Amino acid sequence: MQPERTAPTLELPGQRNRSYWVISLRRLLRKKIGVGCLTIILIMYGSGILAPLVTPYGFNDQDLSITKQGPSLAHPFGTDRLGRDELTRIIYGLRTTVIITIVTLVTGSLALGITLGLVAGYFGRSIDTLIMRVGEVTSAFPEIFLVLIIVSTLKAPITDWVRGVEDVVGFDIVSLGVVDYLVLSLALAIFSWFGMARLVRGQVLQARENQYVEAARAIGATTPRILARHVLPNVMGPVIVMVSAGLAGVAGSEIFLSFLGIGIQPPTPSLGLMIFENGSISVLRSNPHLLLFPVLTLSLLLFTFNLLGDAVNDAFNPRAR
Amino acid sequence: MGTYIARRLLWLPIILLIVSFITFALGRFGPGDPVEVLMGQYADKEVVERIREQRGFNDNIFVQYGRYLKNVTRGDFGESFKYRGRTVSELLKKKMWVSAQLNIAALFLSVSIGIPLGLFAAFKQGTFWDTGTVAMTLLGQSIPVFLTAPMLLLIFALKLDILPTHGWGGLFDTRTILPAIAMGVPGIAIITRLTRASTMEVISQDYVRTARAKGLSESMVQRRHVLRNSMIPVITTLGFSLAGLAFTSFIVERFFGIPGIGNLFIESIFARDFPVINAVIIIGTTLFVAANLIVDLIYPWLDPRIRLGGAYAT
Repeated sequence: MQPERTAPTLELPGQRNRSYWVISLRRLLRKKIGVGCLTIILIMYGSGILAPLVTPYGFNDQDLSITKQGPSLAHPFGTDRLGRDELTRIIYGLRTTVIITIVTLVTGSLALGITLGLVAGYFGRSIDTLIMRVGEVTSAFPEIFLVLIIVSTLKAPITDWVRGVEDVVGFDIVSLGVVDYLVLSLALAIFSWFGMARLVRGQVLQARENQYVEAARAIGATTPRILARHVLPNVMGPVIVMVSAGLAGVAGSEIFLSFLGIGIQPPTPSLGLMIFENGSISVLRSNPHLLLFPVLTLSLLLFTFNLLGDAVNDAFNPRAR
Repeated sequence: MGTYIARRLLWLPIILLIVSFITFALGRFGPGDPVEVLMGQYADKEVVERIREQRGFNDNIFVQYGRYLKNVTRGDFGESFKYRGRTVSELLKKKMWVSAQLNIAALFLSVSIGIPLGLFAAFKQGTFWDTGTVAMTLLGQSIPVFLTAPMLLLIFALKLDILPTHGWGGLFDTRTILPAIAMGVPGIAIITRLTRASTMEVISQDYVRTARAKGLSESMVQRRHVLRNSMIPVITTLGFSLAGLAFTSFIVERFFGIPGIGNLFIESIFARDFPVINAVIIIGTTLFVAANLIVDLIYPWLDPRIRLGGAYAT
């Protein structure tokens, strides 16, 4: 990651041939904090995604002869009460975080939020009022309570339904833990779209008045084309900022719900679940590493997310330049 | 202004109705039939059916919900499934008081440390003290309760052995100290940063310079002209941090074994104790919405420049 090695180009005033994205990305990569955060997150996400390849053990490989060992060369983070390798479980726990954050952000903020924001802002009138009112009401709900209830009650019926699908398709889906991921992500997505929709709507209201939109309409461009080609690119900057600022919140919610025993179910590893299992005073007294390693990983992740959010804001926010 | 308040107040019952209906309906249609939960797995089929009829579980869901709502308005949340023979109200009353005390302690810590610290940093702007405070708050805000709680336990309860590990003995008990600190740390950090930022903005205003120029004493300037204006954003955040505190309350209660509402709620979800779940959600939602409303109403009172009613401007 050394962006500065590219050949220096002469920047003449008035000659703006580099796009907004290239400039913003450069601004981000020029900052040590930005690069540091990106590296840490890439490592965490990469190891999470490639978990089966980078871990020497399986997340559920038990070895009762080496339970509750401290850190050693064979097991850098020690082993848990069933002799499972702690580092392996943390990496698989990261995979859970990766999946939940990506699915939630893509479905909630990006798909739902941007679409509804575009629609509300561009068409205005009653459709705008409807979307914004629904959004206001959802954001007035105490999110965490409803997510709790939705996840804890809807999971069983959905699992049954997936089992039905399994019989038809012929291979195992439930044991992959997909249902947990799905239900949790969707429940979180329901409550996470409004902030994005409101932002995009505000941006669209501004962009809509521009002459290039009028020009596009004058030459007969269709509405979807105007939205996708002329309006959307101009609202993407703040969207990126908001997504990066929201990462920590989504990751935190998943970990919180799993900690309460409602999100991800064992044996699928999740950082929240590991903290819950080892979050008692007796574990802390006898084997503090079982609690501290997951907690430290989680803290590092949330901390980098927060720092990255600030760095991205500095780089991508048009007002900051 | 009047119509705005009226409209906001109208939203309160509507939101409550929607939320309570959703939880009520999910409780009925979700897994774990209420009567089977109540009677246990091996209950006689006939008895189950009789109880179902007796308690009205065979009625239309809206009829059931209406009946439930009527009881709730009289303060009757029904009887707990798990703790036989105890009404939800008496169960909640005790637990809520515990959680409320814990929250009050944490809020008190956040305000009593955060505001002076923020003012201090703002008035020492640019010095070592300022930088140090900012660094500390950045750290405090980024550390999740998941880390503070076990760390506090490890250091003060296990290694130094000066404070008890868990349990509950009221607001003025040594056992309250650690959980309150664990809950208070993010609040302290947020309030410090906010106080600092808004105070620094106010200090640079012309009217502060005018106040100094006309010969007011420094303490007078700070109290009358700076503090009053710089507290506006801080008070708004207090409302939000109340909601955030409820969030961390779950974690802290679990780590420190405090018999509060958070622990009860989790227990109830595992036991499918629907009367308790519904009651906690209705009360929680009321508090949440009311806190937001109060903050919104205090805001223009503090700062006449803010006019209400401009729904969602941008």
